[in-house]
Amino acid sequence: MAVQAETLRATGRVARRQLVSRLSRWVLLASALIGVGILLYLGYETVKEGAGRISIDFLTSYPSRKAEQAGLRSSALGSAWVLGTTVLLALPVAVGTAIWIEEFAPRNKLTTFVKLNLANLAGVPSIIYGVLGLAIFVRYFGMGPSIMAGAFTLSLMIIPMTVIASQEAIRQVPPSIRDGSLALGATHWQTIWHHVLPQATPGIMTGIILAVSRAAGETAALIMVGAFTFIAFDNNSLPVANGWGSLLDDFTTIPIQIYNWTIRPQPEFRQNAAAGIIVLMVAVLSLNLLAAIIRERFRR
Amino acid sequence: MATPARELTGAELGAALRKRPLRHANEAVVKAVLGACAAVSLATTALIIVVLARETVSFFGEVSFADFFLDTAWQPLFRPESFGIWELVAGTGNVVFWSLLLALPVGLATAIYLSEYAAPRTRSILKPALEALAGVPTVVYAYFALNVVTLDILRPVFGQDVPIFNALSASTMLAVMILPTIASISEDAMTSVPRDLREAAYGLGATRLEVSLRVVVPAALSGIIASILLAIARVVGETMIVAIAAGSTPNLTLWPLSTIQTMTGYMLQVGLGDAARGTIQYKSLFAVGSTLFVITLLFNIGATWFVGRFREEYE
Repeated sequence: MAVQAETLRATGRVARRQLVSRLSRWVLLASALIGVGILLYLGYETVKEGAGRISIDFLTSYPSRKAEQAGLRSSALGSAWVLGTTVLLALPVAVGTAIWIEEFAPRNKLTTFVKLNLANLAGVPSIIYGVLGLAIFVRYFGMGPSIMAGAFTLSLMIIPMTVIASQEAIRQVPPSIRDGSLALGATHWQTIWHHVLPQATPGIMTGIILAVSRAAGETAALIMVGAFTFIAFDNNSLPVANGWGSLLDDFTTIPIQIYNWTIRPQPEFRQNAAAGIIVLMVAVLSLNLLAAIIRERFRR
Repeated sequence: MATPARELTGAELGAALRKRPLRHANEAVVKAVLGACAAVSLATTALIIVVLARETVSFFGEVSFADFFLDTAWQPLFRPESFGIWELVAGTGNVVFWSLLLALPVGLATAIYLSEYAAPRTRSILKPALEALAGVPTVVYAYFALNVVTLDILRPVFGQDVPIFNALSASTMLAVMILPTIASISEDAMTSVPRDLREAAYGLGATRLEVSLRVVVPAALSGIIASILLAIARVVGETMIVAIAAGSTPNLTLWPLSTIQTMTGYMLQVGLGDAARGTIQYKSLFAVGSTLFVITLLFNIGATWFVGRFREEYE
């Protein structure tokens, strides 16, 4: 008995449909690569324009009218101080909120509203937070355009997303750990403090790092708060040789410095802006990488 | 040799416990402190509303509703002053329209590729790379809109009379900014479409493309709509790209190559020039801010509603 090996081959309309489907793979792949392509192209353009300006002098000089003498010294210090203060303000409140929602909140309409409210706050445009900071912290509390006012504004902005990330982290802690601790006689809070929080720490860290990386690039909210200024001194709130600095000093940040250089017409300042972007992107991408490493490392 | 354990006296025990207040805190106190933390987010919303409403009410003490909503010119800085919000809304609408037109086809194609076509390995490289776009600070995109899109692309393509500040350069970078939002949320929606639906279609002889377009996309529609609404909310609220690249000339047009001003662009302009408190310019900041807040809130609520609908259907 002869078995004939025969492959089924479509013809006519069916063949056409199959061909279209096969071609669609490449069209869709090309579309999916557009985003990545743009990212690479922009990276290339920036490095081409700005890499020549990167030097120790660029990092340690104050801003200047002369493009070739201008640097990131005051804006980098400003960014560091405002972000550090933001984390100190936002982290306890965000983690506290997440614990309350996940562990203590009664199941009622108020809790539902708190959750809904957080989701909506995460979608409020940053410039609205800037207007809030201007009216409340700068004017009403009289902080002026200071590091403190900027940090309060940014912390209100990043609290919602940090809460959502922390909630996620707390929810991932296995119930067996919680039950074990409670069964041994620990109180609810002891269980949270000794068992739930340590387990949730990597997730919370990832969340706060991503939030800080967003705050590091924030420009509009801080311009509203008044941080678009010329700073030719070092922000320093630790005791130094010539006295104490203060969180109530004026400040500026790296993204605002980039904005400042971008809107100037001279091409030399464009190079400065590109160099500033390289520094900012290295900082932001390092934070993202750190978050990814922590997440992978502690994944179970 | 173990040292014999000595029992702690009550006072010593108390002192030891007090040294570690976080470990042995009173449950009621803890609960109150945590509740206070949660109240911060409620207070934030309340403050936003109070701050915006107070100055907006004061703004409408000087400018009538009819002028705000019926006048077509926004000219707050020169006399005769006029405060017709539509020029700013049109500016925002302009960049929303063109950025969506650019981002939507690419974003959906990316989502379909990642969800229906890509091998797990390709996906594990492409998806994080795409999400990296979401982490780029918008001031960086603004720099590219001005220096790369306008100078290297739009002027060579459309001629040298393209204004240096134009809506299309801003829209192009806004499209890049929202690409991850559209692609990643739509992809989530497509991946959660049940396998049975796909296999039923394959069983009837449909090709991969037909399954994607006629089964998966319609089934994931509410998730896709949610991603579009979220993207719109992000474009409406984005400030730096439009402030730097689109210009600061209010203009009632949807033409992509004209210089315009958006609501956020105007707000930043007021923020940059220290408008004295109590002036009509300072108050107009809050009137525009209220409009912006309401618009983004509506889009965000819409997105939440569609996401909820999607979850109901398939989970």
